[in-house]
Amino acid sequence: MSTPVHARPEARDTLLYLNGVSVSFDGFKALNSLSFYVVVGEMRAIIGPNGAGKTTMMDVVTGKTRPDSGDVVFNGGTDLTELDEARIANLGIGRKFQKPTVFDGHTVYANLELALAGGRGVFASLFFRSTPAQRARIDAVLETIALAGARDRLAGSLSHGQRQWLEIGMLLAQDPQLLLVDEPVAGMTDSETEQTAVLLKEINKSHTVVVVEHDMTFVRSLDCPVTVLHEGRVLAEGTLADVQRNKQVVEVYLGR
Amino acid sequence: MGAFASRPRLSGLPAAITLALIAAVGIGVPLLNLLVPPGSALHVPTYMVSLLGKYLCYGLLALSVDLIWGYCGILSLGHGAFFALGGYAMGMHLMRQIGDRGVYGNAELPDFMVFLNWKELPWYWHGFDSFAFTVVMVMAVPGLLAFLFGWFAFRSRVTGVYLSIISQALTFALMLAFFRNDMGFGGNNGLTDFKDILGFNLQADGTRIGLFVASAIALALGYVLCRFIVTSRLGKVLVAVRDAESRTRFLGYRVEYYKLCVFVVSAIMAGVAGALYVPQVGIINPSEFAPANSIEIVIWVAVGGRGTLHGAILGALLVNYAKSYLTGAIPEVWLFALGALFIAVTLFLPKGVVGAVASGLRGRRAGPAITGGPGGAGERTSEAPAE
Repeated sequence: MSTPVHARPEARDTLLYLNGVSVSFDGFKALNSLSFYVVVGEMRAIIGPNGAGKTTMMDVVTGKTRPDSGDVVFNGGTDLTELDEARIANLGIGRKFQKPTVFDGHTVYANLELALAGGRGVFASLFFRSTPAQRARIDAVLETIALAGARDRLAGSLSHGQRQWLEIGMLLAQDPQLLLVDEPVAGMTDSETEQTAVLLKEINKSHTVVVVEHDMTFVRSLDCPVTVLHEGRVLAEGTLADVQRNKQVVEVYLGR
Repeated sequence: MGAFASRPRLSGLPAAITLALIAAVGIGVPLLNLLVPPGSALHVPTYMVSLLGKYLCYGLLALSVDLIWGYCGILSLGHGAFFALGGYAMGMHLMRQIGDRGVYGNAELPDFMVFLNWKELPWYWHGFDSFAFTVVMVMAVPGLLAFLFGWFAFRSRVTGVYLSIISQALTFALMLAFFRNDMGFGGNNGLTDFKDILGFNLQADGTRIGLFVASAIALALGYVLCRFIVTSRLGKVLVAVRDAESRTRFLGYRVEYYKLCVFVVSAIMAGVAGALYVPQVGIINPSEFAPANSIEIVIWVAVGGRGTLHGAILGALLVNYAKSYLTGAIPEVWLFALGALFIAVTLFLPKGVVGAVASGLRGRRAGPAITGGPGGAGERTSEAPAE
């Protein structure tokens, strides 16, 4: 079973701390004693071949999957393994899915308004009115994600790349301390990919960001420390150049 | 400004038109019954008033299904259960009002209990002498059942077709239970032979008109309540749950509470509809729990236009008018017609009658420049992509 949080002083100065996390599905070890940590303000890229456990790692951190063993500690003291998705989201962890997931039946504006921090109760929502400050915040996010001209369009009518940005914008409106971003440039054009890298770097100025990605050009343009996962554990960590020189990494992933 | 950030609650042409039409029917039909002489072509006979009153109850029932299905994606195939429970609560009160005027002249027990040789009233019949108690039960019984059902189903994250199946199982189980004589609800005969309500004779024209007006008021109030919910942030969250449930969860919303809240509200509305329905048709029996009834409600909503509220009411009226007509003229055709209607609507009018009319109007207003793509409404404001 997991060790109590207070017995893990090394977690204290981290924003996200995973230690010995294991998850298995029907005998398949998706995560095999995975340990790594992220400090406040960091940008981290997580790479690894298919089935390395990248998405399972995000599921564990956001409460979708409970680990069989190990610690998942947020902000140096909160044990995440016992909490559900809504609780973890409200603690300040936002997640972007691999496939862009927005509310197709709502306008771009309404998507962002729903993501705004605060007011998650059922009865409070019945009488909710947005304040000028909140509306200004949404306008600012619309500028950041380059969708100001599309504010009244239904999210369902946006292009793939715009939907990816809208979802990132929803994370911004939610204003979490930690953003987990799963393959943000999958299916994007080259120019969209470049702009997304710029956008994530901008976001990183005020948020901690963990990006899972396959696209090496994109990871290079993020210019941040890289963690390589393989078979549910950390294979290597360092700059992209470092890990690309690592023989094991080349063997399992890059040298195909 | 944001489309819904500053929009007043009851704005929108459809809402105004819907309320005006309900008011017009609620006032007009009684006037045409009372003031126009029976020989005139405009006269509405009393039996027609009761028939229309029944349709209004169906409209309220359709509204309750649209609230959960159209806005939150919860496809209940057992909503007839809540309608029937509200109906039974009202039926129990009407049974108690019969007093010693039953066939056996027993003031203590309803006829069917005397027939079964029961000696005393079961505990759960106590209190139904009181109209106020009955009104509370009409809402509390369906509401409580919906709460229990929703609590377990939504917390366990039962969704989609699985939820539809267990909701269907719920109404089927209740039907079997209510068929049993020893449940104390009159077995397969149900509750009937009602005499009066609040001291007014149920056969009298005035009472029938009163019940009709009450149904119109209930429908209008139900519509206003639903509008209030769907235009609030709560309503936006419901649509968010419908479109992307896990996204809503990861934004920090407790999806199960939202579903539970709206499911209970919907069940209470269905219960009220059932309670108004029973005195107008004069009987409630276990066939109201039949799964086919619940499926029919969903068809009304699909025909009218899901997720619009007024479409649900319209669908209930249209389909039930067709049903009354066809079951009178060519009864053997009705079920085939219903099935064909559902298939036709699914294939050709995915947004129902209301959706088809709305896109027709929009097309005409915008001129031929619009080539109605799959985005529908969204196409109008399209502009260059933001890159």
